[in-house]
Amino acid sequence: MAAYTYNGKNIDADEEGYLLNINEWNEDLAGQIAKDEGVAMTSEHWEVVNFLREYYSEYQIAPAVRVLTKAIGKKMGADKGNNKYLYELFPYGPAKQACKIAGLPKPTGCV
Amino acid sequence: MLHTVNKSPFEKNALESCLSHAVEGASILLIEDGVYAALGGTSTAARMAEAAKRFKVFVLGPDLAARGMDAGRLVEGVGIVDYEGFVDLVAEHPTSQAWL
Amino acid sequence: MDEMESGVVKKFMFVNRKAPYGTIYALEVLEMVLISAAFDQDVHLAFVDDGVFQLKKGQDTKALGQKNFSPTYRALDGYDIEKLYVEAESMAERGLTEADLLVPVEVLSRADMGALMNEMDVVLTA
Repeated sequence: MAAYTYNGKNIDADEEGYLLNINEWNEDLAGQIAKDEGVAMTSEHWEVVNFLREYYSEYQIAPAVRVLTKAIGKKMGADKGNNKYLYELFPYGPAKQACKIAGLPKPTGCV
Repeated sequence: MLHTVNKSPFEKNALESCLSHAVEGASILLIEDGVYAALGGTSTAARMAEAAKRFKVFVLGPDLAARGMDAGRLVEGVGIVDYEGFVDLVAEHPTSQAWL
Repeated sequence: MDEMESGVVKKFMFVNRKAPYGTIYALEVLEMVLISAAFDQDVHLAFVDDGVFQLKKGQDTKALGQKNFSPTYRALDGYDIEKLYVEAESMAERGLTEADLLVPVEVLSRADMGALMNEMDVVLTA
């Protein structure tokens, strides 16, 4: 089992780096996970991460990538709700990578 | 004797078997999917209302809340207990029987 | 996934017969349904017997220490899973009405539900 260290405290994660307890997430930890992933967080990245956290809080799942893309398009417009924009922000997959940074489990329906 | 029933009365006959074996004055605690037997307006409600006159019937509150059932919908005569109440019931009765 | 899109679309039905939380079936079927959405099939969800309890409004599992997965049924629409059917007789036996349910559904009689099941290519029941 992997873990992150935050303020001298161990935060447990699964073998792929997804947090085991969503409640242990905070923005500093997100920055640390992003750094490990090689993602330099900008306001555009945060917009997606925050969207994912809102989605999770409402539906209790991390969305599959195409569901995320569609939902972002609906909320933020077509220039953001497309694969090209989201993969530029999160090269290893907007759902998988952004969910990890957002402290969510790996997306359900991600095959 | 304290009887616990954890199966839905619509799916299994655990409750029915419990009710037909329990003696007058026994306590019955409905837990897990057994809590559905405490609901009013169902096909099993009349049976439960009748049982509540012969036995002390309780339902576990946290299991009720998890299933979205509010206290206002229960059959008359059924009491709600929390986990502490569950422990108290077990302590009060020298024996208990789980109808799985 | 692209190669799947050119494939034949089959009528799938997931039949839910179990209440939530007491057993793992309801959650497992829900996860299977979400995964099935990736395969662009014609997915139908049926709620019969104690399965109708899965859609009860107002579920609160805080005291239970289990995850409340009922909000996830509201996400199905975003996964393009819109064909939800609930059996009228099952609701009536359990003292429920359509107003008790947390998502919009089509209410079918037991006879109509049976006929719909009969039209499917694949039926999975739990």
